[in-house]
Amino acid sequence: MVPLSYFVTLSFLLFTIGVIGILIRRNILMVLMAIELILNAVNINLVAFSRFHQSLDGQIFVFFVMTIAAAEVVVGLAIVIVAFRRRATVNVAEFNLMKW
Amino acid sequence: MILGGATIAITAPNLIYSALALLVTLIHVAGIYILLSAEFVAAVQIIVYAGAILVLYLFVLMIFSEHQGTQALHTSFPVGVSLGFIVLAEMLMVYWGTGAASDGGPLGPPVWAKAGNTQAIGALLYTKYLFPFEIASIILLVAMVGAITLGKRSHKAKELAPANGSTNGFGAHPAQVTPVSVEHRREEAPRV
Repeated sequence: MVPLSYFVTLSFLLFTIGVIGILIRRNILMVLMAIELILNAVNINLVAFSRFHQSLDGQIFVFFVMTIAAAEVVVGLAIVIVAFRRRATVNVAEFNLMKW
Repeated sequence: MILGGATIAITAPNLIYSALALLVTLIHVAGIYILLSAEFVAAVQIIVYAGAILVLYLFVLMIFSEHQGTQALHTSFPVGVSLGFIVLAEMLMVYWGTGAASDGGPLGPPVWAKAGNTQAIGALLYTKYLFPFEIASIILLVAMVGAITLGKRSHKAKELAPANGSTNGFGAHPAQVTPVSVEHRREEAPRV
């Protein structure tokens, strides 16, 4: 059996890659994808602790996290499309409508 | 494989390659779930993430593919990388430094081994977690309505578009149904 710490470390690394992805990419679609990576890292953690604590509650939480992720992607992509129609760019640095 | 796929996903200059590397990552995460004897979560992972969300991304990427900037990375990306590693160091310090990393004894079979993972999750979901489940459904409904509303073109654009004689006044023009609403039906499919 693979020990718990391996899963947790994997989850940390995936989370870090997601954070770096959010910070370094210019394209807003890539930022959304990096958010997906972060949510997946959290899900790995939840499932691993659920297995090692012999409790199913963590897997229920993973289910809800996936629900929220799906909703987030749908609304996020709709916002991206609307913003692209207005500004004709997908670069996060150019979305400065709220600056005065 | 997971980490390699994720690294390619955030660094590939071409967005389609990024999406496909993300797909590799997600499928391997599903493999991790099976290793942890969470078969239901693995199936949901493949259906929802690899099936629905990636298809959604690819559709939007096809809209945007010719509008990509020449520069994929942010100009200040060393700052981002170092911030990310600071976060990693903090997490590792908290996990390994506080003695939380003790692994306990050898594990027995999972408690849900008798009835099967899916049945156990279903029983728990519809009894103890019934109210959060209903809230999740409402969130999905709100997301669906919100995406369709956002994806609809504005009235000004509608007036500029040539009329095909089939507008009903307030609904979306049939020819103007945006990709968002079409893809959202795909998005909803796994939830049924």
